[in-house]
Amino acid sequence: MKQLMKGNEAIAEAAVRGGCRAFFGYPITPQNEIPEYMSFRMSEVGGVFLQAESEIAAINMVYGAAGSGARAMTSSSSPGISLKQEGISYICGADLPCVIVNMVRGGPGLGGILPAQSDYFQAVKGGGHGDYHMLVYGPSTVQEAVNIMYDAFDKADKYRLPVMLLGDGMLGQIMEAVELPEMKDVNSFPKKKWATDGSGIGADRRVINSLFIDPDSLEKQNHSLFSKYELLKRNETQYEEYMTEDAEYILVAYGTVARVCRSAVDILRERGIKAGLFRPVTLFPYPTNRLYQIADKEELKYFLSVELSMGQMVEDLKLAVNGKKKVKFFGKVGGNVMSPEEIVDNLVSKIEEN
Amino acid sequence: MEQKIIIAGFGGQGVLSLGQLIAYASIEEHKEVTWLPCYGPEMRGGTSNCSIVISDKIIASPIVDWADCVIVMNRPSLEKFSPKVKAGGILIINSSLIPDSYEKANLCVIKIKANEFAEETGSVKNANLVLLGAYVGKSGIFSLETISTVINEKFSGKPKLIPGIKEAFRIGYEIGQKY
Repeated sequence: MKQLMKGNEAIAEAAVRGGCRAFFGYPITPQNEIPEYMSFRMSEVGGVFLQAESEIAAINMVYGAAGSGARAMTSSSSPGISLKQEGISYICGADLPCVIVNMVRGGPGLGGILPAQSDYFQAVKGGGHGDYHMLVYGPSTVQEAVNIMYDAFDKADKYRLPVMLLGDGMLGQIMEAVELPEMKDVNSFPKKKWATDGSGIGADRRVINSLFIDPDSLEKQNHSLFSKYELLKRNETQYEEYMTEDAEYILVAYGTVARVCRSAVDILRERGIKAGLFRPVTLFPYPTNRLYQIADKEELKYFLSVELSMGQMVEDLKLAVNGKKKVKFFGKVGGNVMSPEEIVDNLVSKIEEN
Repeated sequence: MEQKIIIAGFGGQGVLSLGQLIAYASIEEHKEVTWLPCYGPEMRGGTSNCSIVISDKIIASPIVDWADCVIVMNRPSLEKFSPKVKAGGILIINSSLIPDSYEKANLCVIKIKANEFAEETGSVKNANLVLLGAYVGKSGIFSLETISTVINEKFSGKPKLIPGIKEAFRIGYEIGQKY
């Protein structure tokens, strides 16, 4: 049975059904419906909800809860996610699983409260200090966000790293019909043999730590982290293609912007312009290999990266295409979102320039 | 079938809830729907709006460039959103608060004293239901059973209000049908 739900609330419910039993957060627009929903839902399922005194406290509570084996999450929006970066780096250094939601708003600084994608670099390149990555998803509909969130804790546990759901204000605030999955049985989850839950004594004692003072140990830890990222690239890369088969121009966009691009592709096709859409679903790992393949298509003239930023994902697109085809860019910022017509006009003017 | 609607007015006039009723009715009739509210700085200035897309197919963009129907409940909204109605589209004006004459070629302009009609049903808060009625009466997009089901469900916590709400809808519906 489909029901009408706001993005933020649907994501929170999907987290609960996916096994989340600990939520720590601090309020910020445009994601407040997530902690609001969790504040009553967590007690209903026997979990923990705590509004921390700050974002920094919240992420460190996630660190502690994750270390003891709980399925823990936090959510925030851009300025709040910046505050969490130190904690995220520690969590990654200590090989701990958790889930983080960032409903991105315009920046830098306090910026605005409207939708943006200007935290792309922060999400996919690391964000905090040190060499690390997270598994980052950029869902484009409420249903896709629900499906991703439902399995996010399984992925986090499997690879022992944070999973980030990178949305934007629009995804958080929109209402759509969604089909919610069944509640997962928390007793069915695999035991965590590393968790500091009181088990393990003497030689088997368990330690959660991100300090590796001996250089060889730290080097080993860095290599171990990156071998996980290789696994992610092999197993978790996801993308969607729309009318790319015979396309002369391929729009590349993620999240809600990809929906606007899809409408733009329909309009362009009606006007006889062979446009297509490539939508990365995972932003780390980025679908590099597939884009490299597509770039070989003879009829393809160029890619157009469409983003709510001054041009961030366009860099990964260029790395993927590796000079085989031109990569152009169209972006809007400040919380303004482009309409399908604006994308059409931008592409058409670029075609006419040539 | 695809219908794009913009609803705008002051905060407190029931702009967002009117949009939600349309969204719930769409789900009731197994259509795809998106409801996108404004939540930005304009809200702080006291105005409010939302965009709704209804379709038989999966909805790509929830952003409305050109609307099949625009419902405006106050004058700033008329100025801002009336240029967004498609040729051949519907513009519904709450003339209780926007008494000016408004004519435009290629548009079906429905002027309706929603506040006064709503007061007749017991509460000025029903003005949004009068306008919903006008939209459904003109467009025929939902069956009357669907609307009745949605109203019964969404106002089940306040059963005393339901007769007034249904009456407000009926008044608007009959006016909408005449256009």
